[in-house]
Amino acid sequence: MRPYTEIYFPVVVQIIIAIAVAAGMVGGSFLLGKKVRNRVKDTPYESGMQPVGSARERFSVKFYLVAMIFILFDIEAMFLYPWAVVYRELKLFAFVEMLVFVVLILSGFFYIWKKGALDWAPESDKKTEPKPLPAEASIATILNRH
Amino acid sequence: MFANYLPTGAEYFRLLPEMILTAAGTLIMVLEPLTGYRRKRFLGHLALAGLLAALWAAVVAYSSPGPAFNRLIVVDGFATFFRVLVIVVGILTVLSCWDFLARHKAESGEFYSLILFSVVGQCVMVSANELITLFIGLEVSSIATYVLAGYLRDDKRANEAALKYFLLGSFATAFLLYGVAWIYGVTGTTNLVDIRQILESRDVIHPILAVSTAAALMFVGFAFKVSAAPFQIWAPDVYQGAPTPVAAFMSAGPKAAGFAILLRVYLTAFGPIDQSWVPFVWTCALATMVIGNFAALAQNNVKRLLAYSSIAHAGYIMVAVATGTAPGAAAAMFYLAAYAFMNVGAFVVVSHISGRGERKVNIDDLAGLSSRQPLTAALFSVFLLSLIGVPLTGGFFGKFYIFKAAIDSQLYWLTILGLLTSAVAAYYYLRLIVVMYMRPAVDGEEELPPLGGGLKTALWASALGTLALGIFPSAVLNFAGASGAMLVR
Amino acid sequence: MHPITTAHYVALSAALLLIGTLGVLTRRNIVIILMSIELILNAANINLVAFSRYWGPENMNGQIFAIFVITVAVAEAAVGLGILIALFRNKETVQADEIDLLKW
Repeated sequence: MRPYTEIYFPVVVQIIIAIAVAAGMVGGSFLLGKKVRNRVKDTPYESGMQPVGSARERFSVKFYLVAMIFILFDIEAMFLYPWAVVYRELKLFAFVEMLVFVVLILSGFFYIWKKGALDWAPESDKKTEPKPLPAEASIATILNRH
Repeated sequence: MFANYLPTGAEYFRLLPEMILTAAGTLIMVLEPLTGYRRKRFLGHLALAGLLAALWAAVVAYSSPGPAFNRLIVVDGFATFFRVLVIVVGILTVLSCWDFLARHKAESGEFYSLILFSVVGQCVMVSANELITLFIGLEVSSIATYVLAGYLRDDKRANEAALKYFLLGSFATAFLLYGVAWIYGVTGTTNLVDIRQILESRDVIHPILAVSTAAALMFVGFAFKVSAAPFQIWAPDVYQGAPTPVAAFMSAGPKAAGFAILLRVYLTAFGPIDQSWVPFVWTCALATMVIGNFAALAQNNVKRLLAYSSIAHAGYIMVAVATGTAPGAAAAMFYLAAYAFMNVGAFVVVSHISGRGERKVNIDDLAGLSSRQPLTAALFSVFLLSLIGVPLTGGFFGKFYIFKAAIDSQLYWLTILGLLTSAVAAYYYLRLIVVMYMRPAVDGEEELPPLGGGLKTALWASALGTLALGIFPSAVLNFAGASGAMLVR
Repeated sequence: MHPITTAHYVALSAALLLIGTLGVLTRRNIVIILMSIELILNAANINLVAFSRYWGPENMNGQIFAIFVITVAVAEAAVGLGILIALFRNKETVQADEIDLLKW
């Protein structure tokens, strides 16, 4: 059996690369980015929810819808792993089979898209162009507008 | 080892019905957002075309029988019989739903898509030669049916029916899966034929307790699917709350497919250990017949009554399963075919008379149907007589062959109790006929709409099927006998 | 140090099955019932993967099966939540014992 250091060397390399990429992105935007500070910007990011308040607040049903759709499509990617393992041996056959699979998934995506499951704002809101926010707008005013 | 495997053209040909149905269902789903409400009927015609093409494909696929895709599925007489059966149930459902959907302003492509996907699942189930395929088929069929049960989403009863069906159904399939995992653990294979060989071989010591427990866990899932006691509680609620065409579909298609996999798994894979599973199938058959028939006596809602009657019929078919023999399997197949026609027919009549919001589904609402709409009443009587098991109808020969197979296997007690409970059943079916023909219509009753084209076709087709099986049973029975014998070879 | 054997996985899976079953039978909140059903499916998954390892590297059926089970479980959960949301819009409850329009 090969020593552990040898087996896990690629993993170590991957971890180092991952840290480097992440640090590069954060550091890059820190060095190059424009810095604007106001109350809205300084609040912690909570995916559009108000960060402070009662935890028993009701969420919009849209969150469940998008979460469910996300997980459904996310899970389908799992079938790519066994497929990728045998792809080299099966060549064109594997390609065509995966094409059929992807077309089926895309038709599901087309369906939910056309049905409006991905539209976050109702149809009436989209027509009116959102007004530019005042610099001191609180997060509550932003949320109330939508 | 799998890497060099490439399927041949013949294997695709054997999977043709499923491919056609999937393509049609997906096409309808994609077209659904692009069609306006007035043109939704077009999608219904498309679904019908897809089902008819799949029916043709299922028949021609039998011209080259054999396994396909590394023995994941197998196309034999048994698979072909049930494929044709579930596709015909799908056709009857699509034909009979148009009036209902128009009345509830609920026509949409999703309905047809879901019917097609459910039929795909059932086709995969009945041709599965392997536990993975079987599970996937079962779930595809179930998930589509859960949604169909709650199709009228503004109707509280439909919501409730869908939720109950979903919760109990996924609970039962989770147990089925646990049993499947154990079978795989004990035998190291998921192929039904290989499992049989391993269980048969004397030199491999398999822990009989583990296999029996797994067989029992899987039985939970199957018994739920076919609404057999003690897992029948959901059926009356779901059939009552679900839209009537969906109830017709659920009581015939998934049930037939459920019995198909039950027969295939227990006769083919667990055949060598039948002493360990026959006792609980026996008990289940007895309990199902008694509960179904006696509970049906107390019902005033026709949909609930038919639900209990469908539980009772599951009990009769369970008797055939309990024989564990090829003639028993053939009798079950014949019964399921007859049952599909007569039960779908009966539900179609109920969906016709139920009116807007399904308010008129009580037995009293049948009063004077013979004078208000003689044809509907006459066809309903045919279905009810067949459900009783009167000669010249499919129901008679179905019961006859089942009890004959049971006597040949020395199941005397089950036969006696089956016959006694069928006598009880005659009472509640005849009660419906009496109300239709003897009691005058209530004054001020609004006129029944005339039978629409699709509805009429579905009713006549079901009635012809019921009578044809009653008058010329031999062709279907011979086919069922030949393909049932293949299960226990 | 004892190595982890198949028996350990089977014991874990049996425990999950028990927890899941008890959850389905005793809880009233439908979301928790749904989570309990997921637990049972995962119990089966652990069994499948453990048995797949037990039967050796040539026997991949269990692992492939587990992938399908995960997909099916997600589809089931999505449909279940969808049905639950439809019910909640009409009835404003997620408690199993308040859903009583159709008599059991």
